[in-house]
Amino acid sequence: MKLLPLVFANLRRHKLRTILTMLGVALATFLFASLRSVVTTLNAGTEVASASRMGVQNATAIVFPLPMSYKARLEAVPGVKAVSWANWFGGQYGDGKVFFATFAVDPESYLAMYPEIVVPPDQKEAFLRERTAALVGRGLMEQFGWKVGQNVTIKGTIFPGDWIFTIRGVYTPSVRAIDDRSFIFQYAALDERLQHRISPGWYTLQLTDPSLAAGVAQTIDDMFRNSSAATKTMTEKAFNQSFVTMWGNVQFLMNSIGMAVVFAILMVTANAMMMTARERTGEVAVLKTIGFTDRTLFLLVMLEASVLTLTGAILGLGGAKLLYSGTGFNGFGFLPGFDVSAGTLVIGFAIALGLAVVSGIVPAVRAARLSIVQALRHVE
Amino acid sequence: MKIPFIYNLRSIAQRPVSTAMTALGVALVVAVFVAMLALANGFRATLVKTGSPDNVIVLRRGATSEMESGLPRESARLIAADPRIAAGAEGRPLMSSETFVVINIPRAVGEGVNNVVARGVGDEAFAVRNVHIVAGRKFTSGRSEVILGKKIVPRFAHTAIGDTLRFAGRDWTVVGHFEASGSSLESEVWGEAEQFMPVFRGEVFQSIIFRLRDPAAFDEVKRALEGDQRLTVQAQRESAFYAGQSGILTKILTVLAVMITSIMAVGAVFGAVNTMYAAVASRTPEIAVLLTLGFAPRSVLVSFLAEAAAIAFLGGIAGALLALPINGIVTSTTNWNSFSEVAFAFRVTPGLLLAGVLFAVVMGLVGGFFPAWRAARLRVVQALR
Repeated sequence: MKLLPLVFANLRRHKLRTILTMLGVALATFLFASLRSVVTTLNAGTEVASASRMGVQNATAIVFPLPMSYKARLEAVPGVKAVSWANWFGGQYGDGKVFFATFAVDPESYLAMYPEIVVPPDQKEAFLRERTAALVGRGLMEQFGWKVGQNVTIKGTIFPGDWIFTIRGVYTPSVRAIDDRSFIFQYAALDERLQHRISPGWYTLQLTDPSLAAGVAQTIDDMFRNSSAATKTMTEKAFNQSFVTMWGNVQFLMNSIGMAVVFAILMVTANAMMMTARERTGEVAVLKTIGFTDRTLFLLVMLEASVLTLTGAILGLGGAKLLYSGTGFNGFGFLPGFDVSAGTLVIGFAIALGLAVVSGIVPAVRAARLSIVQALRHVE
Repeated sequence: MKIPFIYNLRSIAQRPVSTAMTALGVALVVAVFVAMLALANGFRATLVKTGSPDNVIVLRRGATSEMESGLPRESARLIAADPRIAAGAEGRPLMSSETFVVINIPRAVGEGVNNVVARGVGDEAFAVRNVHIVAGRKFTSGRSEVILGKKIVPRFAHTAIGDTLRFAGRDWTVVGHFEASGSSLESEVWGEAEQFMPVFRGEVFQSIIFRLRDPAAFDEVKRALEGDQRLTVQAQRESAFYAGQSGILTKILTVLAVMITSIMAVGAVFGAVNTMYAAVASRTPEIAVLLTLGFAPRSVLVSFLAEAAAIAFLGGIAGALLALPINGIVTSTTNWNSFSEVAFAFRVTPGLLLAGVLFAVVMGLVGGFFPAWRAARLRVVQALR
């Protein structure tokens, strides 16, 4: 560690070059963290999914409903503790430019099944009591500047017309991966206005024991195989995963761009290190003459490269972490709970170290192998 | 007087490694830039191509996509009577009444299923939509037969002619494959509307598409249809409708491309700045000689800017070449307006490549400016000492 003052002195020599290279690494790690977080955020939805919850949807496609009569039959399946049902509503507010999820749920069973959706007891009471009440996520309340008790008009795209709801409750998700921008109202309100001509879009089941999932899914799908609406039953995780795959190959896209970014910056840092080393040939010879060993000189260059890239990484990764958690970025509503995970930070630092090794190794070996006589001969 | 450009080229050749690294940094930025815009481009082109400006698409009033729409048979009959609709082969109106649903079918690779559009059509659809059979034959009226868009064939299981696809509780024989000049229709399953109606959404169509006798008459037709008391419909030009369908995703991809590449570009510019400062520092005596010989400081500035631009230009060309092979690679994503998978190909256009190279040169000029400025302001006496 006695070498550190020398390393810092060297870094201060070309202040501009040092700063630019550091910032280059900072930008690269920032981009890397952002890109990887898109993937981890998309996958987070599948990881927080409860193992004891399952979804039942129409086997043809999720846009087709399931009969209401299935409720009783699902409840009778061994291993099923509770059944809830819901419908996608597809509502728009105002000019319709802001996308948010709107669905109709059976309120009591739904809230019981999702303890992650936290509602103050008095608001929950008010939401359950009133047929046209709505429960809205905190994020959406803030975005539109809504207040509890306010009437809002939602335009239906699937169920045409203007629908007026009174906001009676605000929920806060206890895990970040659950969307805090959803608009939830009572299934009964939908059913009533459409004169009972609708039926649930999907059912959610609570199991008595997560290990029963495979058997329960088999039983249910067999039971309805030859009825008017065949079902597809899957765990919540598989259900969420099917949405992730709908984005196409995001993971591949993000990883390829991330690779390109890292390589581009590798070029910049490696170039800076080589230029630095070339300028110091004479100096290295002098250091060797006064007794610095080859190993020390090797270390000197490697340390310089590491300080450069790690400082850059601290700026870039720290910046990404602070920026995204500070601004509550949610990918224009498509990536609720966007967050830079600890894993991403660790990989980011590993990349920075890798950058240091790759960009430093050539100049470091060259410095260590330098022959004094040869080097000094070039100095005038 | 101008300093000959060959001086810069020779100087670049003097330090090949450093030049190559800087250029490669720029190249990667340009490659990402071109690739991402090619993705957005390909998606948009595929959807835009689906609609023709000569066609009108009619949906239920208030519906933003075909999925949300519903039109009774009676509406189809009323619309078909409009004299402004072009006539087809046997004098029948060139109008296609279609049902639209999204179904799950198993993927060819792996376990999962994916959403695709199942469109129920009649005979007229082939003429109105400009769709041609490339293998097998059309479905026969009254039979459980389907034809598949050619982009579906390699991506999903049981898609060869003669295979059986199972959906909606019935077995459907695949009897043909069709192409639709690269549009999103090639990601769809087509069957007879009369067969699809009873198993899916009942006696309603989702959309009615017709060819105009005179494309300029669109506004007139729109007014007539939307003003008709017996109909609750909205009419749009088919081209505008599909362009609108691509809107959100194209915007997201373009914004993402610009954001990512501008951040990357800043990094690459830093690299260029470092390289050019080092170049100026190592050539201080040379620059002093140039100034002594009588070259104006402005000429020195231009000369070094040209050198930086040349390095970046090399990078730009390399980046464009790196990105070129992705042209035509087919990928897929979900069209969130219809909730179904759309396959499309990356589309690298000459304009895009040119934009990439220009982008590179701009990076070079920005990165080269301050080092060139320093070179131009060099004091001859000090530099030669």
